[in-house]
Amino acid sequence: MALNSYRTGPDEKGHFGNYGGRYVSETLMPLVMQVEQEFKAAMQDEKFLAELDELNRQYIGRPSPLYYAERLTEHLGGAKIYFKREELNHTGAHKINHAIGQVLLAKRMGKTRVIAETGAGQHGVATATVAARFGLKCTVFMGEVDIERQKPNVFRMKLLGAEVKPVTSGSATLKDAMNDALRDWVTNVHDTFYIIGTVAGPHPYPMMVRDFQSIIGRETKEQILAQEGRLPDSLVACIGGGSNALGLFHDFLDDPDVQMFAVEASGHGVDTDKNAASIAGGKPGVLHGNRTYLLQTEDGQIEEAHSISAGLDYPGIGPEHVWLHEAGRVNYVSATDDEAMEAFQLCCRTEGIIPALESSHGLAHIIRTAGDLPKDHICVLNLSGRGDKDIFTVAKELGQEI
Amino acid sequence: MSRLTPCLAALRAENHAAFVTFVTAGDPNHETSFEILMGLPGAGADIIELGMPFTDPSADGPAIDKAAQRAIKAGANMKKTLSMVTAFRAAGHETPIVLMGYFNPIYAYGIEKFCTDAATAGVDGLIVVDLPPEEDAELLEPANANNIDIVRLATPTSDDARLPAIVNGASGFVYYVAVAGVTGGKSASADDIGEAVNRIRKYTDLPVAVGFGIRTAEQAGAIAKHADAAVVGSAIVSLIENGIDADGTPKGDLVENVLNFTQTLANGVRSGR
Repeated sequence: MALNSYRTGPDEKGHFGNYGGRYVSETLMPLVMQVEQEFKAAMQDEKFLAELDELNRQYIGRPSPLYYAERLTEHLGGAKIYFKREELNHTGAHKINHAIGQVLLAKRMGKTRVIAETGAGQHGVATATVAARFGLKCTVFMGEVDIERQKPNVFRMKLLGAEVKPVTSGSATLKDAMNDALRDWVTNVHDTFYIIGTVAGPHPYPMMVRDFQSIIGRETKEQILAQEGRLPDSLVACIGGGSNALGLFHDFLDDPDVQMFAVEASGHGVDTDKNAASIAGGKPGVLHGNRTYLLQTEDGQIEEAHSISAGLDYPGIGPEHVWLHEAGRVNYVSATDDEAMEAFQLCCRTEGIIPALESSHGLAHIIRTAGDLPKDHICVLNLSGRGDKDIFTVAKELGQEI
Repeated sequence: MSRLTPCLAALRAENHAAFVTFVTAGDPNHETSFEILMGLPGAGADIIELGMPFTDPSADGPAIDKAAQRAIKAGANMKKTLSMVTAFRAAGHETPIVLMGYFNPIYAYGIEKFCTDAATAGVDGLIVVDLPPEEDAELLEPANANNIDIVRLATPTSDDARLPAIVNGASGFVYYVAVAGVTGGKSASADDIGEAVNRIRKYTDLPVAVGFGIRTAEQAGAIAKHADAAVVGSAIVSLIENGIDADGTPKGDLVENVLNFTQTLANGVRSGR
């Protein structure tokens, strides 16, 4: 179906076609509606936008460079590859973009405490960072299993003054951390703002996180026009919940000649029970406040996701992505753990950049396809995070002790 | 009309509040859970809420979360939950049953088919905690068409602007969640609850049940003074948790303990007014 615009969603109740919405308990309903009102007002408020802009430049270090990956391009022998260097942001990933926006909103709403869920710890670190910057109390929910896997980030959060609460409910991973964050929020509605870490959750979160992240695409457009004098032919980003992908894509959705590829984590393979590819292996359902594609059993029970990258290890995906998938505007593909590991190492050696395992999934798609593309094909990868946090996982995978 | 309205009307005519119990279907296993269900009417339950297990019960506290995980581990699913209700009715029980849970298992089952099968089994009402009025039209219509009530939730955060939308379309009763929080958490004061119930009554003639934070017979009795029904869930479910071995096997006195406690709570509600 061809639409006049892919950028008009969501509707006023937060639906992207059949997806999205507000599936939360009644206690939270008035609160999420208030968040929506405040967000809309803030985005019309010159003072709010000026403060956001100032923080983006001086605190996060924006704009992030659009970098021509020359040696990788030569190595692959086809398309011209650019990296949007979100890994150079303060805290080392794109997560800070929406964390800073949401903390400003929390402050505007007079909230004194923020909470967040985290898997790999990147969103938790970003939230702890902005909470410290604005003097707000911060509690981060993290699955017991992930706390063990991501010790450096746990310590980072603590250094930043956050309380890290181990989650033991359910399967003790990211989805359960989100459940516990919702439980905390419903109990502390009066003083607490929930900083959600991706383009999912009840409306307005998918829209709000997208709007704070879409600075990635706006900058990219300006930079590629300056550097190449034209729009790119393709955009590539990894996708778990989908915040970095939508951040890059959103500004280009109505440019019909720009192809887009979102790369899901297929773990051991989409045909195995160890993957995190909600588009490839999931079906529609309702979880964490929105209707979207979910990895689930016949009986509607949510399945655990698996990916080598903890940041993609989630059994759902943002609702706008499902809509873009069904509309055929964005291509959803996948990469396995092994492909991501190869991409990770190639990036280290050809570009001198240690990429996050998450971003390595996007790169894996480029490695698979770039060689067959003409040399004048311009491809932009969202290098969404740096891989310092992943060195322990990678070492283990390579059978090396550090 | 489901069994809920006549049941609550009859109790109201006798100047009694209803005692509503919650247990999770299939907890700790199908057989024991069914035994508990069969015993609840005799232990004083006027209405039974039967939890539909879900992996991610984000509005519930630890007690009911663990109950759901136990049930799923023991093989619970929607078909078995409905079969439990069928068998309960086949045994001649007329106590109203309200299925309570989250939307995804219903959605996965197929909404229309779920409503038909639930009605055939003998279900009277549904409480779907993550389906606010703004999103429940697709369930409300097929449920009502099958004489199943949609029980909506009102909470301390439901202001006067929202209450009319909540009660509009609700049937059976309105469930007042007494505290902003999860199940099994803090308790609200009886005065606050009385005030809230009166506020809800300004907008509806439906009976108002109160739940969340009610753990003892005394608390249940105090609620019964103000509300049309008092709901106890986590306190009962915790007894199931305490009544199983480390490997999940029910101890011999589990069912008896649960039903004795239920009777104590029922007596509390009865003596409330």
